[in-house]
This record gives sequence, structure tokens and C-alpha cells, in this order.
Amino acid sequence: MNIPTYKTEQLKCWNKAKELRNNFYKNYASAHEKGGIRWAGGAWSFGAIPAGLGRDVFPLTGEPYAASIAFNKEFSIRCMEAVEKKGYARDLCSYMRNYWGSIILDEWAFGGKFQKPDFMWQDHICCSHSKWYQVASELEGGVPTFSIDVTVGPYNTVKEHKIDYLVNQMLDGIEWLEKTTGRKYNDELLIEACKNEFRSTSKWAKICELNMTQPAPLDEKSMYSFYVFGTLAKHSGEFADFYDELYDEVKYRVENQIAATPHEVCRLMSDTQPPWGFLKIFRYLESFGAVSVGSLYTFGLIGVWEDKPDGSWGARTTPMEKGIEIKTREQALRLLADWNLSKPEWQHFYSPHLKSEMMIKIAKQWKLDGIMLHYNRGCEGLSLGIAENRLALIEAGFPVMTFEGNMGDEREFDEAQAKSRMDSFMETLGFKQLKI
Amino acid sequence: MISAGIDVGAKNIKIVLVRDNRIIAKDKVLSGFEAKENTNSLFEKILTDNGLKKEDISSITSTGSGRKAVDFATVSVTDVTAASKGVTTKFPSAKTVIDVGAEEGRGIRCDDKGKVVDFSINEKCAAGSGAFVEAMSRALEIPIEEFGPMSLQSDKEIPMNAQCAVFAESEVVSLLHAKTDKKDIAKAICDAIAARISSMVRKVGFEKDIAVIGGVAYNVGFLRSIRSNLESEVLVPEFPEFVTAYGAALITE
Repeated sequence: MNIPTYKTEQLKCWNKAKELRNNFYKNYASAHEKGGIRWAGGAWSFGAIPAGLGRDVFPLTGEPYAASIAFNKEFSIRCMEAVEKKGYARDLCSYMRNYWGSIILDEWAFGGKFQKPDFMWQDHICCSHSKWYQVASELEGGVPTFSIDVTVGPYNTVKEHKIDYLVNQMLDGIEWLEKTTGRKYNDELLIEACKNEFRSTSKWAKICELNMTQPAPLDEKSMYSFYVFGTLAKHSGEFADFYDELYDEVKYRVENQIAATPHEVCRLMSDTQPPWGFLKIFRYLESFGAVSVGSLYTFGLIGVWEDKPDGSWGARTTPMEKGIEIKTREQALRLLADWNLSKPEWQHFYSPHLKSEMMIKIAKQWKLDGIMLHYNRGCEGLSLGIAENRLALIEAGFPVMTFEGNMGDEREFDEAQAKSRMDSFMETLGFKQLKI
Repeated sequence: MISAGIDVGAKNIKIVLVRDNRIIAKDKVLSGFEAKENTNSLFEKILTDNGLKKEDISSITSTGSGRKAVDFATVSVTDVTAASKGVTTKFPSAKTVIDVGAEEGRGIRCDDKGKVVDFSINEKCAAGSGAFVEAMSRALEIPIEEFGPMSLQSDKEIPMNAQCAVFAESEVVSLLHAKTDKKDIAKAICDAIAARISSMVRKVGFEKDIAVIGGVAYNVGFLRSIRSNLESEVLVPEFPEFVTAYGAALITE
């Protein structure tokens, strides 16, 4: 086999990404010093809404915080054990358990004591979401909590009355925010935050589109370091601007054939959350010349997509790109509800077939040689129907490898076994470890 | 030209020497805690026993979970590749390979040319592996060699509900306390392993002919259960635990 050699180099905005992420947690932790407000909620919560309380309102999103804990194996184990000691079951969402463990131990993942929020702002699509913050509130001594139910069905069934259902809850939520914080709500800040969210989540999808290029300019492991901004605060103007910058750099890499891995001979993808403590498995794949170009998770957890007229899958056109001028609170909320309901990772809570369809589209458009499915014991929601996905992908002609593990509980992931599985998979695809 | 295949498994290390696709020598030893040293010793022993020197061996292919411990191997391949190669050489009509070793059970589907199309391997659970049979034979206090033949004396169907080896053992103890005949329990265990392996094989979509290899293929009770579960005859080679090592040797022959 002719092994190509491509130019590689570190992304120029890498250090800026690290700085932004560090500042995000620092800003949250130090919010009270400047009279600011802290809130906690899921990565999918409608963060644009509390943004209407002022520019000194800082979120802490549970999933990326818990993934950071998972990356620190020693701390994660202590969190898990603290949660189990408290009587919670071991098969619950492992993000949630890491998060609760951090509260119970009263340890902040980045040093010091756990940083308690002023209120919880959550939404509910997965069976764990509202329960997560209900228990967190109890563990923290009763933090005011508001949750929005978004379980109205997949986007292809969304009608006006379903949007109304969400918008009415959002409007109630704004009243609740005013009452809880004692602040007057600012609609202009809400509109600005919504625009930022449309911009950042669509731009992230555009960045993922660039990875259709061969050689891929980004690999999945690196993408995790960037997609995270959408999970931290997709409504942030600073993060939306950063995605513009990242897009330009990735486009430059495409134009100049700067690759993620020097010898791309095989293109793969995964499906949902990786085992966060073992991201090095992606580097192991590179020893075969295999690059994982992303996943439904990296593309669609935060990225917002749409079916294009030619049948392809692409970044969703933003309301601003459509020339829509957002003038009122109600209009902003309607657009925000509609936008979020089309989020790819929300679709397969309703049917595994919807996940299969999206994955097959990616596999075809991104020209993949194979797919890795993580039988993730840590997330019932996103793993639901994964065996069905496997069958559908195989039927569509894509070889599939499965491995068991857990995104946040390292006790359920066997690195040697997973690597051995990868060896077999790569061999069956006809690829050997490169001797370069 | 002689090629060697070394299968460093979880329980046993197996070595075969192959000339013109035929096994000319084979041997095995327990893997133990020192798999590397034990592999070296076994390799030297098989050469000495057959009046050969290392220079007489044109290629050495390692496979098995401990394949990376064989630092003198020319090539290293995974069990999936080696097992399918060994089986499809031995039985060219085989499209499905069931390989049940000490700690892993595998279902492999091959195409007409013996190329692997899909495979499935048990995860961390031992309930579909040789270690499970050994644990159950200890619980029943019968030698492992008698386990299969004893199960053939029963035609009862006692469902074993436990999916886990640990819980299955307590289920066996409960059956013993309920004065259930050991032969019926032995059959229930064989049925349970076969059900687990069959579901794994169905996952990759089995096609006839089906070949069974690995140490558990010596268990006649398991073979009866797998035939019944898959509603198909199965092919079993003469020395099923050496087939993966044989396949490895063929890779570079």
C-alpha cells in the first residue's frame, strides 16, 4: 500500500482555546467577587435565556465539567465512590455521578471547594436531566431550580403548538429568573445571546463540514477540545467569535493540505461520548494511519444541521442569514426553541432509526472506511438503540466495530481489550500498523 | 520451508509447526504469569523434540491476547484473522467461526475467500467462555473432562437465568441444594453458554458451514447445545485449540 505523508502542525488557536476554557471556569468561580451571578445546568440548557439577566452572569454546564473530572482518574474514582457511599446506584449517568461526587466531596475539579451556583437552569430530554439538578440542588442545601421540558418529539414532527409548549415554559422561566435573582430582565441581551447561539452552533457545523476533506484537517481527539465551547456557553459572543477564527484556520489547513495525522489511509468515526479518561485510543488508531474524523456527538451535540435541497447534510442556515430581524422576546424564544429542537443529538432520543440515518449520511459524505460504536454504559440516553444502529450501518455497507466502556467511569473501560478490538477491526479492514 | 504459529492465549500457549499447509508438530503449555518465558521455553522444546533449529523456521507468526510478548515473531496478527485463516483452510466451506477460548468467545463471519466480514467478541463478562465452564465444574465438583459427557446423559431443559458467571454459580449452588441431578445442571450450563455464544454469532449473522474451535470445542455437551440453538450441524476440527495457531502459521507460510 502506498502510504501518503502529509504536512501536520499544531493549530494556531490551540493556546487561545485553552485560555478561553480556563477563563470560563475562573469567571464562574470568581463571579461573586464582582457582584455577578452563577448558575448551573446542562450543556443543552437554554443558556441564552439567563444571559438576559446581565453581562455578569456565568454558567457552569454539568456535562463538560463532569468530563473534566473523568479525565482526572484519581478524582473521578473518589467522586464515584462518594456517590455510591451515599446510596446512589452505579448504573446511573456517569456524568451525573461525577458531578454529584464533586458536590459531596466539596471539591472543585480545578482546585478548592465546590463552587455552588445561585440557581439551576436545566432542560429535560434525557431521563437523567432534571433529576440530576434536583438531586444536586438537594445536595447543595436547596438551590432554586427551574427545568424546561423539551420532549415534544423529533424535529420532523414539530408543529407550532409544540414550539408554543417550549416558549410558554421559557416565558415562565424568565419570570422565575427575575423573581429568583431580583434582577430586571433585559430583552436586548437575550436577543444578542440567541444570535450568538445561532452563529456559534451553525459555524461549528461548518467547521465539521471542512473535515470531509481528505486528508482531514482535524481529528476527533482534537475536535473535543474545540466542540467543548458549544457545551460551555453556546450563547457566548466570545465563543462564537472564536469559532469564526477556528473556521478560518481550519479552512486554511484544507487549502494547504495540512492534515490532522501525517499518514491518513483510513477514515473512521465514532458515535457518541468517548471514554474521556482514555482519549489516547484515538492516537493508537493513528498508528494504523487511521483518523477518526469526528462523530455524531462531536458534530451534532452542539452543531445544528439541516438537510440541504441536494439531499446532503450541512450547517443550518441561521435566522440572520435568512434576513430575519429579531425584535421581541417572544420572537427570540420561538427561534431559539425551533433551533434547538432540530439539534441532531436530540433526535435519537425518539428513535434509533433517526440516529442511523444521520450516521449513514455522515459516513457517506465524509467518505468513511468504518465506524466505531461505543456501547457506553455511562449514558443510557445516547446509547439507546445502539445495536440497531450497528445493524443499519452494516446494511448500508459500512464495517462496524463495537467496544464497551463508560464515558465517565473508568472502572468500566478496559483499555487493553479496546485496543485489541481495534487491532482486529483494522486488520479486517486491511490496514496494518505503519512502520514509518 | 517450515512456518511456526504461536497462539499466546489467556490460559494456554499453543505452538504449531506447519509445512505445506500441514501441521508437522504441535505443543502447548500453561501461559501462567510469565507468558514470555513460557513461550520461549515451549518454542525451544518443540524445536528440540522435532530435531529442528531456529534457522529451520522460515517465519514465526504470533497471535492471541499475549501475542506482543513474542518478541522473536516475524509477524503478529489478531486472533480473529488467525482463527478465520485456520478454519477456512481446514474447512473451505466454512463461513462462520465460533471460537471459544478460556476467557473470550468469538463469532466470526467470513466471505467465500475466507476474508473476515464481521466479528463479535464477548466483553468483560466470562459467562460465554472456558473459564465459566471451569468455574461451573468446580462448583459441581466434577472433573472438567467429565463435564460434557455427563451433560449428554440429560435431556432436561432447566433455564439458567443468570447472565453473569458469578450469579450463575450461585444459581448452580441453588440447584444443588434443590437436589437437582448433576447431569441436568451440567446440561443447563452447556445450554446457557451455547445461548450466549449463539446470540453473539447471530449478531454477526451466521452462515453455514459453521466451525467450532477453541478449547471449549472439546466439550461435547456444549457442541450438542450449540447445534440445537443454531439448528445447524457444526464442523469441529481434530485439535480445535490449535486451529488459531495453525492459522497464524499459514499467514506467512
